[in-house]
Amino acid sequence: MATIDVHHHIETHEHDDHGHEHHHGNFWTNYIFSEDHKVIAKQFLLTGMAWALIGGVLSVLFRLQLGFPEANLSWLKPILGGWLTADGKIDPDFYLALVTMHGTIMVFFVLTAGLSGTFSNFLIPLQIGARDMASGFMNMLSYWFFFLSSVIMFVSLFLSTGPAAGGWVIYPPLSALPQAIPGSGLGMTLWLVSMALFIVSSLLGSINYITTVINLRTVGMSFTKLPLTIWAFFLTAVIGILSFPVLFAAALLLIFDRSFGTSFYLSDIYINGVALPNQGGSPILFQHLFWFLGHPEVYIVLLPALGITSEIIATNSRKPIFGYKAMVGSMLGIAILSFVVWAHHMFVTGMNPFLGSVFTLLTLIIAVPSAVKIFNYVTTLWKGNIRFTPAMLFSIGLVSFFLTGGITGLFLGNSAVDIQLHDTYFVVAHFHLVMGSASFFGMMAGVYHWFPKMFGRMMDEKLGYLHFWLTFIGVYLVFFPMHYIGIAGFPRRYYSWTAFETFSGFADLNMLVSIAAILTLAAQFVFLFNFIYHIFRGKPAPANPWNATTLEWTTPRLPGHGNWPGEIPTVYRWPYDYSKPGSKEDFIPQHIPFSETPESNLPHENDQIKLDLGGAGVGGDKH
Amino acid sequence: MNEAVDFKIVEAPAKPISMNPKKFGMWLFIASVMMLFMSLTSAYIVRQAEGNWLYFELPTLFLISCGVIIASSVSMQLGFWAAKKDQFSKIKTYVAITTVLGFTFLVLQYLGWKDMVSNSVYLVGNPSGSFIYILTGLHGLHIVSAIVYLLIVLNSASKLKISSSNMTQMEMCTTYWHFLGLLWLYLFVFLTLLR
Ligand code: HEM
Ligand SMILES: [Cu+2]
Repeated sequence: MATIDVHHHIETHEHDDHGHEHHHGNFWTNYIFSEDHKVIAKQFLLTGMAWALIGGVLSVLFRLQLGFPEANLSWLKPILGGWLTADGKIDPDFYLALVTMHGTIMVFFVLTAGLSGTFSNFLIPLQIGARDMASGFMNMLSYWFFFLSSVIMFVSLFLSTGPAAGGWVIYPPLSALPQAIPGSGLGMTLWLVSMALFIVSSLLGSINYITTVINLRTVGMSFTKLPLTIWAFFLTAVIGILSFPVLFAAALLLIFDRSFGTSFYLSDIYINGVALPNQGGSPILFQHLFWFLGHPEVYIVLLPALGITSEIIATNSRKPIFGYKAMVGSMLGIAILSFVVWAHHMFVTGMNPFLGSVFTLLTLIIAVPSAVKIFNYVTTLWKGNIRFTPAMLFSIGLVSFFLTGGITGLFLGNSAVDIQLHDTYFVVAHFHLVMGSASFFGMMAGVYHWFPKMFGRMMDEKLGYLHFWLTFIGVYLVFFPMHYIGIAGFPRRYYSWTAFETFSGFADLNMLVSIAAILTLAAQFVFLFNFIYHIFRGKPAPANPWNATTLEWTTPRLPGHGNWPGEIPTVYRWPYDYSKPGSKEDFIPQHIPFSETPESNLPHENDQIKLDLGGAGVGGDKH
Repeated sequence: MNEAVDFKIVEAPAKPISMNPKKFGMWLFIASVMMLFMSLTSAYIVRQAEGNWLYFELPTLFLISCGVIIASSVSMQLGFWAAKKDQFSKIKTYVAITTVLGFTFLVLQYLGWKDMVSNSVYLVGNPSGSFIYILTGLHGLHIVSAIVYLLIVLNSASKLKISSSNMTQMEMCTTYWHFLGLLWLYLFVFLTLLR
């Protein structure tokens, strides 16, 4: 079978005449209450970006306090109003609220809803070859629950008592007693209501993602031919379904403690010398429940970013991803292990030291699949024909952060070492690198890479490079010094250290961090301009701008409702046929049958054709 | 080289196995509800292990509600089989019986609460009592949602929209109902054993 007629397979794609029926709704059904996964993805993206901006501004506000404790901030009066003290400082209660809201917004609204919501919605149907999600209606509902939850969280920022202020982990008793701090009043109530809605939104989304991936794949798209993005989104959704109900349970009991007088988390508490009636509760119980979600949640945030990175690194190295099965296996390992390490956040709650060493062991084991992934990224890059697109740079940035941040996890995972490091800036440095920055970079990489498919136009590469380098350097300048500050013992969530002589030596380091944070935030406006301007003015994108193999690039430039005007393509091969020896092009898309690529087929692929030939009983000369 | 044509025809990738997305989604929903109750019962265990725990008898009414919920599952299953055999009037009867039993269950739970109150076990107080109110209340809320679902099914049944060729709704409702029944049995056994 030396030569094979290439033209035959085309006919399978040319059945345009009985194409999908077209929807011509009005403005409301097309753009607002749309059930189309691509529109919903964009809604998630834009809402997520708005939240990222708000979260970023909040962080700069509290960094001003930390970096310049003596400065007079009265020029911020128009924005902050009553939250400035008479001598122009940020009110200490409001400082706590800022930290809390920054954490909540970034973890849940930006990196969970913004990341999964955008890319799971956008890519799952396009990459598995489906017309839409399993239930468009549930998908729409998922966005609107998120929107409602966003509105409530946003409103809480403007309360006279301020938003929630007990940290993003909302530990009781602080969060349970309105008398404790102003933020535990109405702000905390709104936080809980908002998060309850958020959980509903997340569950609706996850149920849809899993159902779609399992049941709506196109012909030939077996699990071993799934792009790693889809594997990542799929496992993320599984983790979400199993862990968010637990947060719901934790929040439910907290709501009862706050509003109905129960004592799940409260016991023996005196406020201003007066004993509260609550007896028999356990605040540690809350931590167990919270971190049973909380740790899987960090992987909910990270896995989609890792999936996106796998795709982009393979595409732009023009090489098959190294160790596809190992990548899937390590994601599975991470997903399972993420449920059995939660107590590493609680080493200093007085837990049994033996239990502590069990959790140390389990925690260190989770570093193994993480290391496998890093190794595979690097080996994929190794000797590749690397194209440094902005998306590629952001993906490589992710790998870098994942590595630097992951290494500090090993220190924190030791129950003994953690006694010194717990709740210091070392922890802040750890999770901002490994989770915050890595996932944020994954999200940015995704936006740069799939912008042409989302909006049919190209973004500007030069601005992308500028954005990357400013952000990359900025992130390291912000978070690297924090390791030293943390090892020196600086506790996190402290309003000011100027009262402690020991810490005054770090004043300039804190100032450097704050300046870098401001510059990094400023750099995001380069991106915003690039993004918004090129939605309208970018040059039209070619059908497959990155010469990628996955199915989304076989759709028209601006796919309509139903994604493919004709039949959905059939899948014949895995998504990583880049630079296959013998092939004319350096990529072979997933929908090209082996029978059309005899020059590059491997023996077992040829066998498959032959075998099928025999099996089907079709006659003909087989040499 | 005419064989090319043959190659094309025979290289037929398999269609992935798939099931009805709605039914599948129902199972996922059930998984998340299960996680909710698993986490609450684990919290119960953790909290109990810390001591300062009030001991009291579970209301005997809860045992009766176990019987009612089992009976309701039986009638639901009979309704399901009736639907498979296209016995339209029987579907309605059985689903209606299930609905009534569901209401009975809720009333029994409510009376159980009253029993606990007369026993001086309140929602507010030692967590050992609060947990029971939360667990039964949350389960009751799910039963309410399932009763709403039963009424929807009843409505479809009276419009003859349920038949052996159109089983999805009936099947999902049956699954959900059985699950909530099992969930109650689990909670009952759990609460009985971990006093
Ligand atoms: C190499 C594997 C990792 C290990 C061994 C590890 C270990 C730890 C430990 C022991 C802590 C608790 C520190 C303390 O509070 O004293 C911690 C905190 C944290 N880790 Fe990791 N980690 C790893 C990877 C990750 C990844 C991949 C993410 C996110 C994607 C992540 C996100 C976080 C977050 C958000 C916190 C802090 C939560 C808070 O207290 O606010 N970690 N890590
Ligand atoms: Cu963790």
